[in-house]
Amino acid sequence: MAKLMLDVRQLTTKYITRTGEDVYSVDHVSLTIEEGKSLGIAGESGCGKSTLALSLMGYYFPPLHYTSGDIIVDGKNITGMDPDTIRKTVLGSDVAYIPQAAMNALNPTRKVGKFIEDVIHAHELPMDKKQIREMAEQRFALLGLPVDALDKHSVELSGGMRQRVVIAVSTILNPKVLIADEPSSALDVTSQKMVIKMMKDMMAKGLVKSMIFITHELPLLYNVTDDIMVMYAGQIVERGTAKEMVFDPIHPYSRGLMRSILVPEEGTRDVKLTAIPGTPPNLKHPPQGCRFAERCRYATEACKFNQMPLLDIGGGRYYRCGHSVEHLREVYEGED
Amino acid sequence: MKTDEAIKTELQDTRESVTFGADRNKDFSQEPMCLSGRGVTRVFHTGKTTTVAVDHVDFDFHRGELISIVGESGSGKTTLSKMLLGLLEPTEGQIFFKDKPRDISTNQKKKEYWQGIQAIFQDPFSSYNIFHKIDSVLLDCINMRGGKNKSKEEKFAMMKEACSFVNLKFEELTNKYPFELSGGQMQRLMIARIFLLKPDILLADEPTSMIDACSRATILDMLLNLRNETGMTVIFITHDIGLAYYISDSIYIMEHGKFVEAGKAEDVILNPKAPYTKRLISDVPKIHEPWDLSTVG
Repeated sequence: MAKLMLDVRQLTTKYITRTGEDVYSVDHVSLTIEEGKSLGIAGESGCGKSTLALSLMGYYFPPLHYTSGDIIVDGKNITGMDPDTIRKTVLGSDVAYIPQAAMNALNPTRKVGKFIEDVIHAHELPMDKKQIREMAEQRFALLGLPVDALDKHSVELSGGMRQRVVIAVSTILNPKVLIADEPSSALDVTSQKMVIKMMKDMMAKGLVKSMIFITHELPLLYNVTDDIMVMYAGQIVERGTAKEMVFDPIHPYSRGLMRSILVPEEGTRDVKLTAIPGTPPNLKHPPQGCRFAERCRYATEACKFNQMPLLDIGGGRYYRCGHSVEHLREVYEGED
Repeated sequence: MKTDEAIKTELQDTRESVTFGADRNKDFSQEPMCLSGRGVTRVFHTGKTTTVAVDHVDFDFHRGELISIVGESGSGKTTLSKMLLGLLEPTEGQIFFKDKPRDISTNQKKKEYWQGIQAIFQDPFSSYNIFHKIDSVLLDCINMRGGKNKSKEEKFAMMKEACSFVNLKFEELTNKYPFELSGGQMQRLMIARIFLLKPDILLADEPTSMIDACSRATILDMLLNLRNETGMTVIFITHDIGLAYYISDSIYIMEHGKFVEAGKAEDVILNPKAPYTKRLISDVPKIHEPWDLSTVG
């Protein structure tokens, strides 16, 4: 078995609202990623994808609070460290995080090369200016970015280029886990493709040892990541390889998501889209039983009251549903 | 944040999502012309620079046809849609409405034109007057369509019909304000308005881009259903080529203010001719075909 790069065990984090209520938006999430693998996280807006990404950094600031669980990055448990240590020894070197609008983080008054110096200084690495410059040039050339971008201000670069520069800067220390939260959603399709190509290159060249990719665009996930995990209301509802998840989803929610895919290829016009009615539950008062029961067309009375555990069905596949796999497959077949 | 009530209302929508039109590959070229344009151009002058946002485009939209205008940001699709709506005048060229040159030179004539064309925009929240309750939104539509002298019961029946068309329960919407609804519900209420107004043309400018992928399916099916039941022309403006392929009869691809390719959806997507269309399609990640990353930049 390959080396585990990220091992998350029963991680729970919560938001404390202004009125003092607890909202558990990441609820007992366990996941593992092996070296050289990537994991995609899918789900509707408001299902906890981005909160999970923030929680995995181990760096919490209000209103997000850590409750319980462990995050182990390449054998090192990063939970319970004080924020300063995390910033110096974990962020950037162990875990790198790219939010959706990452390109807006570039200070317009400084040149791109300066950001790389900042990263090195923040980690107190013994390198002088010349060494840093050399390293930056090498890295930019390796990733196919123009080296002269290092001497430009961020406003001189296009949106897609800015996003690629940010990714290059934040991975300069070869992080073990790269967490990318919708890194290409604000870009048009062509720039998106360039960003994705660069990220795949970084994985192939071993600059980044493993990757978590968050997006609600399923065709993109299918093409980028090895595994896909579907989240709903703060919980994992299903995990499997990208192929299994798209062509053979087990959980009714995953199936609903997969059936909303629209791609410009033959057959799209003949497929009947099925919508999932309703919206995710309010996590201030999570439902007693299965969190999806209210919107699920296959739900029974029992689903509404019984807690659903995440079931392991072998081969790296997990799902969270009261029905058996055979039963669900049979029902789905009857519908097609 | 949605109120719990709004969520509850949405949950009770039990009607199955609607079916396709009778014929997905109908030939619309025999249908009467609804809206057409010849050499339509719009130039913007800002200081010393001149921008040609829309550059001599020709189009023919037939009755009952569902047309998608696809383009990336900055291709001029919003300027074109403003001209179609009569919010901007073309600087050159002519738009024809039902085979007659469109005349919107006076306010009176504009109002007449707007009887025939309606729009749904991207952001449903900004489309409503927040001080008006939902019943009055719908009531206005009935009054505008000459239903002023109808009895209260008749008006209620019409509103009910419109709401049930979009899977909303009218009883639960009365006495509510638009912001008490979810985004998907608001967009559906927009469609209910169109159902009551029955314009000749509906222009939908990215109506699903602020909505989740799952609720998107509902809205798209409702638009298809609306077209099938009322026979109105629907012009769908989007940047999502997969979505355009799913919903439309014909597709116009726009680049730098020009139509680089136009035709039936099947032809444009499955056999693209223009290099720009080819690039656009190859840049979108797909499911059954491999996504070739080597062709980048």
